[in-house]
Amino acid sequence: MGSHVNIHASLRRPLSPVALTAAALLTASACGGSATGAGEDGVEGDLSGTVRVDGSSTVAPLSTAAAQLFQGENPKVRVTVGTSGTGGGFEKFCAGETDIADASRPIEDDEKAACAKKGIRYEELQVANDGLSVVVSKDNDFAECLTVAQLKKIWEPGSKVDNWNQVDPSFPDEKLELFGPGTDSGTFDFFTEVVNGDEGASRTDYSPSEDDNVTVQGVAGSKGGMGYFGLSYYEENKGELKVLKIDSGDGCVEPTAKTVQDGSYKPLSRPLFIYPKASSLDKPEVEAFVEYYVENSGDIAEKALFVPLNQQQQAELDKDLEKLREQHRS
Amino acid sequence: MDNHALGKGPDADILEARRLKGDGSPWRERFFQLSLWASLAVGVVFLGSLLTYVVVEAWPRLDLRIVTNFPDIIDPSQAGAQSAIMGTIWVIAFTALYCLPVGFLTAIYLEEYAEPDRWWNRAVEINIQNLAAVPSIVYGILGLGIISRGLGFGQTVLTASLTLSLLVLPTVIIAAREAIRAVPQSIREASLALGATQWQTIWRQVLPAAVPGMATGSILALSRAIGEAAPLLLLGGLTFITFNPTGPDSPFTVLPIQIFNWISQSRAEFVSLAAAAIVILLVILLAMNSLAIWLRNRYSHRW
Repeated sequence: MGSHVNIHASLRRPLSPVALTAAALLTASACGGSATGAGEDGVEGDLSGTVRVDGSSTVAPLSTAAAQLFQGENPKVRVTVGTSGTGGGFEKFCAGETDIADASRPIEDDEKAACAKKGIRYEELQVANDGLSVVVSKDNDFAECLTVAQLKKIWEPGSKVDNWNQVDPSFPDEKLELFGPGTDSGTFDFFTEVVNGDEGASRTDYSPSEDDNVTVQGVAGSKGGMGYFGLSYYEENKGELKVLKIDSGDGCVEPTAKTVQDGSYKPLSRPLFIYPKASSLDKPEVEAFVEYYVENSGDIAEKALFVPLNQQQQAELDKDLEKLREQHRS
Repeated sequence: MDNHALGKGPDADILEARRLKGDGSPWRERFFQLSLWASLAVGVVFLGSLLTYVVVEAWPRLDLRIVTNFPDIIDPSQAGAQSAIMGTIWVIAFTALYCLPVGFLTAIYLEEYAEPDRWWNRAVEINIQNLAAVPSIVYGILGLGIISRGLGFGQTVLTASLTLSLLVLPTVIIAAREAIRAVPQSIREASLALGATQWQTIWRQVLPAAVPGMATGSILALSRAIGEAAPLLLLGGLTFITFNPTGPDSPFTVLPIQIFNWISQSRAEFVSLAAAAIVILLVILLAMNSLAIWLRNRYSHRW
């Protein structure tokens, strides 16, 4: 395993001649020879070293779960996960300080430029889907679907909306009681960004809780209640809550695993990415971790309470991984 | 709890004497005393309720698991904070190693050697006072830019402890200077008059007398460093680490960062975990402060 050095350059970018030569020279048989990851498991237990992951605090639970499961099989590998935020993560990634960047949005142009300047090449891998659900009480028999504008009217900073009939004149006179996550959570950041247009901008006179179960209880217990949290929490508490459809201009869409996966549930769904650095894949422990992440993405997503990839997305991811191996073999 | 001590004692006599002298009405005295108690109560009651709240929140998780286990995002019932506790100890030990010698030597220079009317000495003094008031996040930026990247130390125990050293250095210097200044001038003069050199005077007379005060001040300064999360988050924000540091070049996490991380999780179990970690942090802080008090009482000199 000591001489096992892989050069995995970015999948959709041309390899540099130097990297190609190096890859040809250094390719070892351990990985190149096996078509599936399973064949390597016996060897992976001997891996050691450090894998540095940093970035989005939303993706962190996902990478943390991946790290934990991976370390269960490779106890000598030390995986560290930081939460500098997507921007902060790319900043460190493009400075060459980390192996993998966690991101809740695709890399931006100025970040690409920063990476290019340092000669850092990477690949974008979608590893899960994030979806938020807006929920009301089971007793709420009038609200079925809200537009994004209505959501904003309710949740924007300084909003004085405190009755459902202010949201829509056709709704009855019912006191609106709001529940939501505390300001530390990634859910809060995501919701405020896409609904109110500014991350962290929200009315503050709602009942915040860092515990989503409290939000579930609060909304379930009041007829005029409303709250939002990750879709997996709604799925777990379907019996007590009613989920609202969201209209972002193309009609009302109900949040389900399917609509989140295909992106039709807008704007409260998004893909979550990891960006592994090409040159870090030289290190067998990083390569093994990325492979583990990709192969077990569904399990990891469920453990971290995200929406797993659908078959098509997983196929895409597998294809990316296969490309990775092909490049390695070539 | 302090009512007993405050209500009695020599103060009563002084009050009586003042009253007889006609210095203010008894009502005014009474009102003044009440406002003193009320101010005291604000602090004590607030601290008490905070402690109670944290312990109640932490209760379900306040057992050995928090010390013996590592963070676990999948199964909160198996999660612990050992890596954060060990990280905190490593970081603080190295912080003490760097900042105490530098701080003490600076203080000795400024108090014993520097001529206070030279402009450069005054400039140094003003700078130290100002540095003590700089927000900790600024030191985090400094640590990231210069120590982590400039010197290339990366996100390690070394970087963190150097950053925290800079952060508490002004406090250490100021505390050590106070302690040195509290040694009466007559001790120095007597030593010099007996033929001791300045070095001998400082080493054999001034420092032994000043050490309790210097130690107390330093421990309180280090206590501040223990609670810092902001500058360390900026350095790397390493929130998930399932191994203890193995050396100064090791990645690390510390209790405040671990607490910050758990608080932002959406499951209730993590909130209890965060509370339990806060209790551990408080225990470490209290232990350090008790040590400071003990040192002061054990070794303090009186002239």
